[in-house]
Amino acid sequence: MIDQTAVVVAFYVIAASTVACALMVAAVRNLVHAVLFLVLTFVGVAGIYVVLSADFVAVAQVLIYAGAISVLLTFAIMLTPGADRRNSETVYQGPAFVLAGLLLAVIVFVVYDTDWRIAGRGEFAVTAAELGRAFFKPYIVPFEVASVLLVAAMVGAIVLTREEADDAF
Amino acid sequence: MPSDRVLATVPLEHVLILGAILFVVGLYLALGKRNAIGVLMGIELMLNAVNVTLLGFSRFVVSPRPLDGQVFAVFIITVAAAEAAVALALAVAIYRHRETVNLDEIDLLRW
Repeated sequence: MIDQTAVVVAFYVIAASTVACALMVAAVRNLVHAVLFLVLTFVGVAGIYVVLSADFVAVAQVLIYAGAISVLLTFAIMLTPGADRRNSETVYQGPAFVLAGLLLAVIVFVVYDTDWRIAGRGEFAVTAAELGRAFFKPYIVPFEVASVLLVAAMVGAIVLTREEADDAF
Repeated sequence: MPSDRVLATVPLEHVLILGAILFVVGLYLALGKRNAIGVLMGIELMLNAVNVTLLGFSRFVVSPRPLDGQVFAVFIITVAAAEAAVALALAVAIYRHRETVNLDEIDLLRW
């Protein structure tokens, strides 16, 4: 699948638009617009997953990131109405920019310097069934831990946002 | 599907560099933004970049269990969802007490 010309063109088009949307998240001066560009980035990343023949993960990405997490972010912005929405930077903007550039340079160098031992394997068939088997055979303990983590996070979020007269803080 | 039959193909390096660019943009957001929700957006972007890298390795590198990368990606998505819920609840709780979510104004523990 990844060898077809249309898929190759799709990869580069999606990759370019994803990177552009990610840069717009940093560039726009309104936090709500930044969330909208972040949703576009998440959808673009889901497209990259499809090109990499990860169909189940792509669907999960659209459901959880583009659906749930973006709604959570929008809720958080709307629940902080008096806060600054200018999407501005702190004094650490310059060091962060330099650090990001250095890290990108290092990663690009390492990526081209390493022998990745690729042997031209074909794409996966449908991955959902195999993923389910992996979750319930070798990864059963992490799977259960993840469910406990989700419950704990949900209870924690409810406790943190609950309105009470005598708060713990 | 042998890859020497066709001319055009996506090399693993380009997938990794895409992941690196997304990670770096997320790092810049997480370190440089003033609003706590902006910082959280950067963290989500970094987790997405790691997922791109994992799926790239899972797709290209030959291993006895090739789907492990996708399993890790699903776990990362799970943890990211939990982290986003807790972090946004924290932001809302801080806003309720201090009327701001600007990280340079939340400096109670700073010396």
